[in-house]
Amino acid sequence: MTLLNSPEVLRAIAGGMLIGAGSATLLLLNGRIAGVSGILGNVVQEAIGEQGWRLGFLLGIVLPALILGTGHAELPRSWPLAVAAGLLVGAGTQIGGGCTSGHGVCGLANLSTRSLVATLVFLTSAVLTVFAVRHGGAP
Amino acid sequence: MKFFTALVAGLLFGYGLLVSGMTNPANVLGFLDVFGAWRPQLAFVMGAAVLTAAPSFWFVRNRRRNLLGAPVELPDRLRIDKPLLFGAAMFGVGWGLSGICPGPGLVLLAGGQGMAYLFMAAVIAGMWLVQIVRNKRGS
Repeated sequence: MTLLNSPEVLRAIAGGMLIGAGSATLLLLNGRIAGVSGILGNVVQEAIGEQGWRLGFLLGIVLPALILGTGHAELPRSWPLAVAAGLLVGAGTQIGGGCTSGHGVCGLANLSTRSLVATLVFLTSAVLTVFAVRHGGAP
Repeated sequence: MKFFTALVAGLLFGYGLLVSGMTNPANVLGFLDVFGAWRPQLAFVMGAAVLTAAPSFWFVRNRRRNLLGAPVELPDRLRIDKPLLFGAAMFGVGWGLSGICPGPGLVLLAGGQGMAYLFMAAVIAGMWLVQIVRNKRGS
C-alpha cells in the first residue's frame, strides 16, 4: 500500500494514462500509431504523403514542456556518450521498427506478438547495459 | 484538421511524459537498474498507458476504421525477424546508456540544454544512416 500511495507512483499512473489517451486520440482521429521514432523517422525521410499530422504530433509533445518547463533532468555527462547513445537509439529504432511508444505502448495495446518480443528484447538489452555500466566496471 | 487532432494527441502524450517523471533520465535508469536500487515507476507508466490505449486499439482493429470512418491499416502483429530483434537490442543499448528514448528526448529539447540537442541530433543521424543504407540496397 505504501508503494501504491507514494506520489511518484500516482504520478506514474496518471502520466501513463495521459500517454495512453494521447495514443488513443491519434489512433481514433488520425488512424495513426503514436510511435515517436517512426513519426520522427518519416519526417527525416521526407516521406511521400502528408507530413502535417506528423509535425502536429511532434509539436504537441514538445509544447507542454516549453510552457511548464522540463523539470529536473539528468542528461548524459559526456558528449561522446550522448552521441553514441543517440546513434544507437536512432539506428536501432529504425531497424527494429519502433521504440518505447510504438512497440512498448501502442504495440502492446494492440496485443501484437511482434511488439511484445521487441519490448522484451530492448528492455533486456537496456537492463544489461545499465548493469554493465553501474555494476560491471564498464566505463 | 489532421494537424489539429494530431496536435491534441501530442499534447496529451507530451504532458503525460512530463507528469510521469520519465523525462528525467535518472528515473528511467533507476527502473533499468534491476540489480541496484530498483525504482518501479516506469512499469506503472507503461502499464497505465497500455491499459488506457487498449480499448481504442480493439475498436479500430475490429472495425478497420477510425472514429471518423476513414480506413485504418494497423501494423503486422506476428512477423518476428532478424531486423526486429537486432534493432530492438541496439535501441536498448542506447536507451540503457542514456536513459532517453525518442519521446522524452523530444520533450527535453524544450529545456534548452546542449546535451539534449546533441543527443537528438545523433538520433536523427542514426535514423538517416539506416535510411541511406536501405535506399542503396533498394529495399
